Amino acid sequence: MSEHELRVSKIRDGTVIDHVEGGQALNVLAILGIDGSEGFGVSVGMNVPSDRLGRKDIVKVEDRELSQSEVDVLSLIAPEATINIVRDFEVVEKNRVTRPDSVTGVLSCPNRNCITNADEPIETRFDVVADGVRCDYCATILRTDIADHIDV
Amino acid sequence: MRQDHLITATQLSRDDIEAVLDRARAVADAPAAYADRHAGRVLALCFFEPSTRTRMSFDSAAKRLGMDTIDMGDVDSSSVSKGESLSDTVRVIEGYADALVLRHPSEGAATLAGERVDVPVVNAGDGAGQHPSQTLLDLHTIREDHGLDDLTIGIMGDLKYGRTVHSLAAALTEFDASQHFISPESLRLPRSVRFDLHETGAQIREDDELEPVLDELDVLYVTRIQKERFPDENEYHRVAGEYQIDAETLETAADDLTVMHPLPRVDEIAPDVDETDHARYFEQAHNGIPVRMALLDTLLENATPDGDGGAEVDR
Repeated sequence: MSEHELRVSKIRDGTVIDHVEGGQALNVLAILGIDGSEGFGVSVGMNVPSDRLGRKDIVKVEDRELSQSEVDVLSLIAPEATINIVRDFEVVEKNRVTRPDSVTGVLSCPNRNCITNADEPIETRFDVVADGVRCDYCATILRTDIADHIDV
Repeated sequence: MRQDHLITATQLSRDDIEAVLDRARAVADAPAAYADRHAGRVLALCFFEPSTRTRMSFDSAAKRLGMDTIDMGDVDSSSVSKGESLSDTVRVIEGYADALVLRHPSEGAATLAGERVDVPVVNAGDGAGQHPSQTLLDLHTIREDHGLDDLTIGIMGDLKYGRTVHSLAAALTEFDASQHFISPESLRLPRSVRFDLHETGAQIREDDELEPVLDELDVLYVTRIQKERFPDENEYHRVAGEYQIDAETLETAADDLTVMHPLPRVDEIAPDVDETDHARYFEQAHNGIPVRMALLDTLLENATPDGDGGAEVDR
């Protein structure tokens, strides 16, 4: 690999989240609850040229293999994402994200009058519906601006 | 009905609704047979928002089943004003009562309460969300006049924030009903209600005027347009005036049109309508008693391990 091509170095072990829509990498980390304090090596590439997406983001998390259920929630903001599990520099598993049935504790409800926005000991819970997500408590539907409501 | 709680009208099947309404009719026909049915049991009235008729209606219904009621009183004088969460409040009250009626200003409050306690919870209004017990008495009133199938209903007024509208519209999808929604543009149905109606394939139509659809209607359900929904008072007066009816408005209506209103009304139905054969809103309010008796009876029966059908309850 030449100097010009090298943007983010390969990792030995861990998870590479590729084909993330440009600009969503930090939201991906937020949803996964990774803020650097865990001690994993984290590399982020943003707005990298991509044949498929034009521009894409890439997130690499070293020494941690993310499970399918952990990454499926990413489908809400990065439906094209691919998840590569890497062991000893080799990709041993490659998966797409699939839409989960529901999302717990990741999003905040945009309805200010929803009980989840009152001072209650409660985790938000959204059902995934045809073209968005729906609050289990107040039934508000969130469609296009999901990334604006990430609350983790 | 095999349910623990009544939180939203969307949880009710046609069978659930008909079972409660059949029981309500039986209660109305022979109230004495139900007088001691739940003696020794206690209903907690938890109203975090002002209410007169819903609170009194549940209070009366419970007492006519032989129950006692306890009332947490005004929010200002309760522990809520000290900052206690709803979750804690209902957990505490659960220990004092066999069922709980909740009204709260936040949407989703009853869902949360239902998750926190094991005794039956009835949603008596959660913000601009749902008010399913009102819907049951609305349906009872409609059924007595017209039946619930092959029905054309106009629902007029504040469709956006009107919780009675949201619940009624959802429940009517269980029947062969054509729904006309009549409101100003700014107070049309919220996306979530529209989504549910769309999912069920309900026949709906939206209009900003009553006149073109009035003669097709079996039922006209009027709701209040509240001043606080408008940033400008002049705009409120201009808009609200277009959704008021009087006896003259109804001259082109079918003779057997039923006019309903969840009450309280302000000026959206003129007093001269009271004298017409169309007016049914006071009977509608009175129907709250047998319907809420039937509802409480059903939920308490479901919650009793050795009650009729308690063993089949899916908890």
